[in-house]
Amino acid sequence: MGAPEAQPTNEPVVLSEDGLERLLGRLHHEGYEVIGPTVRDQAIVHGPLSEVGDLPRGWGDEQAPGHYRLVRREDDAYFGFAVGPSSAKRTLFPPRQPLWTAESRDDANFEIIETERPKRRLAFFGLRPCEVAAIAVQDRVLLHGIVEDEVYAANRAAVLLVAVECGAPAATCFCHSMKTGPGLETGADLILTELLDGEHRFLARAGTTTGEELLERVEHDVASEEDLDARKEVLASASARLERQLDTTEIHGLLMGNLDHPRWDAIAERCLACANCTLVCPTCFCTTVEDRTDLAGTEASRERRWDSCFSLEFTHTGPASVRNSTRSRYRQWLTHKLATWIDQFDTSGCVGCGRCITWCPVGIDLTEEVDIIRRTSEENVAPWPMVPSPLQEG
Amino acid sequence: MPVLDVPTQGTLTSRPYQITTVRHQTHDIVTIDVAPQQHPIAFRPGQFDMVYVYGIGEAAISISSDPATPGLLSHTIRAVGWVTRALNDLQPGTRIGIRGPYGRPWPLQEAEGKDLVIIAGGIGLAPVRPAIVEALRHRERYGRIVLLKGARSPRDLVFRDDLDRWHADRGIDVHVTVDSAVRGWGGRVGVVTKLIPRVPFDPENCVVLTCGPEVMMWFSAEALLKRGVPPERIFVTLERNMKCGVGTCGHCQLGPVFLCRDGPVFSWPEVAGLLDVREL
Repeated sequence: MGAPEAQPTNEPVVLSEDGLERLLGRLHHEGYEVIGPTVRDQAIVHGPLSEVGDLPRGWGDEQAPGHYRLVRREDDAYFGFAVGPSSAKRTLFPPRQPLWTAESRDDANFEIIETERPKRRLAFFGLRPCEVAAIAVQDRVLLHGIVEDEVYAANRAAVLLVAVECGAPAATCFCHSMKTGPGLETGADLILTELLDGEHRFLARAGTTTGEELLERVEHDVASEEDLDARKEVLASASARLERQLDTTEIHGLLMGNLDHPRWDAIAERCLACANCTLVCPTCFCTTVEDRTDLAGTEASRERRWDSCFSLEFTHTGPASVRNSTRSRYRQWLTHKLATWIDQFDTSGCVGCGRCITWCPVGIDLTEEVDIIRRTSEENVAPWPMVPSPLQEG
Repeated sequence: MPVLDVPTQGTLTSRPYQITTVRHQTHDIVTIDVAPQQHPIAFRPGQFDMVYVYGIGEAAISISSDPATPGLLSHTIRAVGWVTRALNDLQPGTRIGIRGPYGRPWPLQEAEGKDLVIIAGGIGLAPVRPAIVEALRHRERYGRIVLLKGARSPRDLVFRDDLDRWHADRGIDVHVTVDSAVRGWGGRVGVVTKLIPRVPFDPENCVVLTCGPEVMMWFSAEALLKRGVPPERIFVTLERNMKCGVGTCGHCQLGPVFLCRDGPVFSWPEVAGLLDVREL
């Protein structure tokens, strides 16, 4: 399901700007519901793409901890931005998912009516490598656990992935640390690289036979040495701009061995426990369910919705909350994402997209927090903060 | 009707069951017997179900009945939250939804050829009851079978009929104690963990199943270790709120484990270090 079923056998090819338009048209022609980046509410988010004009052409973004702004680019790049707040999760595992309804026939009886889940024919157009990696992480959790999640499976069944390698990482990105970008070799049906030197064009490689067949139906040229060099240049320049790093060496032991580190208290003084990080994270999968009835009580329904480990009532034993402090809730999120996820699913839960840094209202940066814990883990230095405050200096 | 094995499909939707009997165990604990409206589904001692009350919601409840008769399923429920309070008020004839069974069962096989020691606090007798019933059915497979049962007070004792019957059967050594007595109570007084150093069983050749409040299991393990029981022969069952039962909703995590998927039964070395961390 969805996983690349074959290695690419054909050579890299080049698509013109018109070729990009034709590729998108081809997807529509084949009956795909195409989702891709588009500008809405001053952000680049995932939305339906009916034509190339829906892409954020000429837009870039400026990201920093707690900061996101769209900026006009000096060129006409279609993919000249890093990831926005939404991810494939929003489509494949939506924020609200109706599970079933029930009808009560008399006071004692009811019948459950399963919600139909038609298999969708979805194509993601313009996913970044980190987003492709995030889908692979969600696959591990929702398809390859002890059961297959029915909602995710129905959405995921016929997904086609057209990835675009990243030439525009944001200041909050650290995909190279998580080995998920900025380039992409496998994991998508088609892998494009936007080339802006000289004639505006796209290098295209098939990652699967499906992608291969798709390319065959779109007019293209054979890629030249110059095109291949241009791709290398795009990736080299993207890598050079990736300044933020997360050292993942022995990270499981580092975090699980420091559950009582004083740094958790320092983070808790800033963390609002607002759950933004979990909502923008492309891999966070926690959910709760809501049961409702109509006023007469003749109809009941159950809906599943995203939940967050930052809420007080998230985990409880009997009526008592388990994680009363913000310290313990941030620690749960970070240790799960970077450490215990590996125990549970044999992969890190982090793909290095940096969304949790950008969309944190107070700009908490997990790479910085891990780094501080790493640098102080042996001696567990207290008191905090490590950086002398201006008051002390004065 | 055929008895099906553990289901792996359709985990979002409950199957219909009809309440046949409601037995009030204490002032806030009931045992609800239900009969499947479709085929019965096999379960193993220690597993739990997600039980749905129409329009109210679902709660994870361990199965307290005999695994040999999956067509008659019992759940013993203490009124704590919305769903469990609603379950306490249901009448025979009412339909409820059940999905499951879920979770890792008690390691009864591991106890074969050894003494089987069961320590239950309060409603904690419910999840071990199927194990006791199963062990007594195959009595010859085990050495001594010892039950240490604690309750807050005599009025909080669940499964009194069982306790009396087991005691009379002599197949199992039953020791009951209450934290605080009332007039007319002729039995033991004191916390259940105090019994551990005194009752006869072979610490070096036994398997212990414990179920009760975390603090009770913690002190039980401490007393068992002190008596010389190898840590890997001590088993506990843990409780946290659950929404899915299959390791995807995230609520019942305890560090690296999902209680629903990896437990709820754990060996002591698997979780001792985790239970030791505050607010994990």
